[in-house]
Amino acid sequence: MSEEHPGIPLPQTFIAVPAPQAPGTVPGSAAAVPGMDPSVVKAENSTVRTYLLGKSSGKTADSAFRLVMLLCALSVFVIVLLIVYVLVDNSGLAMHTFGWKFFTTSVWDPVSGDFGALPFIYGTLVSSLLALVMSVPLALLVAIFLLEICPPFLRGPISFLTELLAAIPSVVYGLWGVFVLVPIMRDQVGPLLIKTLGWTGLFAEPSFGLGMFTASVILAIMIFPVISSISRDVMRAVPNHQREAALALGATRWEMIRIAVLRNARIGIVGSIILGLGRALGETLAVTMVIGNHPDILKNLLAPAYTLSSVIANEFTEATGDLYLSALIEIGLALFLVTIVVNAIARVLVWAVTQGNTARAQ
Amino acid sequence: MGALPVRSQGFERYLSLRRSVGDGLVTLLSVASTLLVLVPLAAILGYLLYKGFASLNWDFFTKVPAPVGETGGGMANAIVGSGVILALASALGIPFGIGAGVYLAEYGAGSKFAEAVRFTADVLNGVPSIVMGIAAYALIVKQQHHFSGFAGSVALAIMMVPTVTRTTEEMLATVPHSVREAAFGLGIPKWRTVLSVSLRTASPGIITGCMLAFARVAGETAPLLFTALGNQFFGVNLNEPMAALPLQIYAYAVSPYDEWHRLAWAGALVLIVMIMVSVTLVRIFAGRGALKGGQ
Repeated sequence: MSEEHPGIPLPQTFIAVPAPQAPGTVPGSAAAVPGMDPSVVKAENSTVRTYLLGKSSGKTADSAFRLVMLLCALSVFVIVLLIVYVLVDNSGLAMHTFGWKFFTTSVWDPVSGDFGALPFIYGTLVSSLLALVMSVPLALLVAIFLLEICPPFLRGPISFLTELLAAIPSVVYGLWGVFVLVPIMRDQVGPLLIKTLGWTGLFAEPSFGLGMFTASVILAIMIFPVISSISRDVMRAVPNHQREAALALGATRWEMIRIAVLRNARIGIVGSIILGLGRALGETLAVTMVIGNHPDILKNLLAPAYTLSSVIANEFTEATGDLYLSALIEIGLALFLVTIVVNAIARVLVWAVTQGNTARAQ
Repeated sequence: MGALPVRSQGFERYLSLRRSVGDGLVTLLSVASTLLVLVPLAAILGYLLYKGFASLNWDFFTKVPAPVGETGGGMANAIVGSGVILALASALGIPFGIGAGVYLAEYGAGSKFAEAVRFTADVLNGVPSIVMGIAAYALIVKQQHHFSGFAGSVALAIMMVPTVTRTTEEMLATVPHSVREAAFGLGIPKWRTVLSVSLRTASPGIITGCMLAFARVAGETAPLLFTALGNQFFGVNLNEPMAALPLQIYAYAVSPYDEWHRLAWAGALVLIVMIMVSVTLVRIFAGRGALKGGQ
């Protein structure tokens, strides 16, 4: 815990750490055997304890306390249901008016009351995927470096620094993006991309600096710590004997990493990438500040675009009329559902790797 | 067992060279990417310190924003507003989070229900913050017909619950069973054991979790955009629109005035320092845990 404990554990990166079970605990080993380590007996099942608890003067207090704690646990469900309810309830008008067409048309005209979310969906998807393309190789290489290559005395400081990136608020990324990254993109990177990769049609004049590509770069920096730290966790869950077996067969370090580590952890690594995607899809402020906010579907990555979350952030308080507001809330609902699904998939994948390997020898 | 394929010595040498080159290449690439990743961090923090310190002065902490066109002014209202909103958010969110964590670790361990709560909390953690803002808007602002700091607090509180739940649970799981059983052996009822023994033992870790949740929501802007809304004047009334540091930074950063840009950098520096201080406190608490050496 001490050495690997990240300086700033990412808020979104809770890996289910299985409760340390007392060795030899067998469900159903109820009665305490004299001479046995008391921690071996599972407390919940002890008949003596059940009897004593029943007698205890704290019985009412106990069940009341349990009930309060249960209500707190239920609050997690209540929150999710409440969010779904208010979003569905408040977007009813737009759903009723536009139906599925809402997600397939690209007109966004508040004046005439015509709303289609396609440009925003496009902007969100393209910027997030582009961010993944930039972030994933780096994040995995850094995870490999920290876990398998880095000398131990550097491991703590470097993982602290990389995770510091997760502690920087979105709005500060945005501020830095607007005043530092945008000019660099406009004057140096943009023209360079046009010159070298212009033939693909993905990079074309004019290069304003504000646009899809800049937003993706910011997103890539922001999701890096998520992917890196979670993929490190799943790689760490690979048992050491797998590594030793590969090395014993004469593998070089890279071959060992490829055969033993990456291969065994691949499901969890995919999970970490999907978690990063979930993060990128919902990121709001930093993207809003650098993407240019223009609802167009253009092949040119240097051109301004718009995302689902940015349109909510920009237009929500100015939305006049119920239909406008309800269209924006429907976008919020879509964002909510998509991130829920993406996160659920990622969690299942990550849990599959980390929970199966509890008994890794240190 | 078939015969091993016979290879020429030169081919063998080529193969082994290729393998060691591949190995070296990956090592090199991973070192290079680690360095590359540290560049934006240094760039952001460096620029922030450079710009922020240049614009920080006493006025920043004591004055409210000046009208457009006038120089000077500060963000006193935003700093206080952030403090008030965050305090209320913590007061609302942390008890629920700790309660849920206690239930998961002490009562529901291993049950399907606990598994479902855990999963939901993890998934809730990944929900975009702007969605929380919409939810708080629809629940509170729309009913009350006006923006309020209270609505902002609720949005942030919702975001804190899953983080606090998961860390509380994880920390309680590290408390050895023998400690609980010692309490049971003395005839102490379970609720008292949970409060005075389990939670007490795990408290450094739980405080860490709460601070992390706090640090996370302290920088959030999106959920406040249409709940707390922001305010140019000083006020601590939670029933009115309220200024908050991240909101003010955002508003100033996208404004066309140099003077406001300057203040945005100063605000960002103050915000980062605030977050870093809480994170450092976390490190101190975590390093001094009652559990250290206990297990």
